[in-house]
Amino acid sequence: MARALITMPGTAKRGEVIEVRVLLAHPMESGFRPDAQGRVLPRDIITQFTCRYGTEVVFSASLSPAIAANPYIAFFITASASADLVFSWQGDNQLRQQETQALTVT
Amino acid sequence: VNPLSVQRRHLLAAGAGIGLWIAVRPSFAAVPTLQEAINTFAAGTPVQTGRITFEIAALIENGNTVPITVAVESPMTQADHVQTLAVFNEKNPQREVIQVTFGRRAGKAQVSTRIRLATSQKLVAVARMSNGSVWSQSVDVLVTLAACLE
Repeated sequence: MARALITMPGTAKRGEVIEVRVLLAHPMESGFRPDAQGRVLPRDIITQFTCRYGTEVVFSASLSPAIAANPYIAFFITASASADLVFSWQGDNQLRQQETQALTVT
Repeated sequence: VNPLSVQRRHLLAAGAGIGLWIAVRPSFAAVPTLQEAINTFAAGTPVQTGRITFEIAALIENGNTVPITVAVESPMTQADHVQTLAVFNEKNPQREVIQVTFGRRAGKAQVSTRIRLATSQKLVAVARMSNGSVWSQSVDVLVTLAACLE
């Protein structure tokens, strides 16, 4: 399991637009880089990131080797009801990771 | 007519042809050009310029992590919102950088991330709106330390 950092407010007013910042510790090996022996290292990247608000997908991103190591993504959601935000990452070598953070709407 | 000069003319023409062939041949045969990548995204819709703002340093010291923010002018309502936003590059080994999809409850049509840049080049962001129109904006960046190759 890679370490995930999620920064977002725990509570928000109804209708408020909040910023969500997520970072996953991952090397994002591009597949274009040779090692010390000159062999090209195989690609190992995060390919897909999805954020669900309750059950609904609120933001998703397809990532490429052009995304820097430890992929960081910041985006905005409108707080409409108290629900769990579910963050999931998919990547090469069957990588699957999921994190959940609760959002309370007042 | 001097046969020597005719031969010389042929040689010159052949030489020019070889030069052109080398110039046209892409370095990665299977990789599309920037324009082809944009055309694939637009899928036949005319691409208009504007409505997108880039936030990126014009002079980048380290191409390994380049902070970038792309925002699209949009009220993000049910009737008028941004569906997809993609960023393409000109000279990395692959044209794609990131492609994001905004859901119904996305607060702003804006995304920030950190990218790699292989060399000084052009970046293009393309957005598809809910009414089907496609908008784009490009930015030129200078990179002093390249990513991807070392």
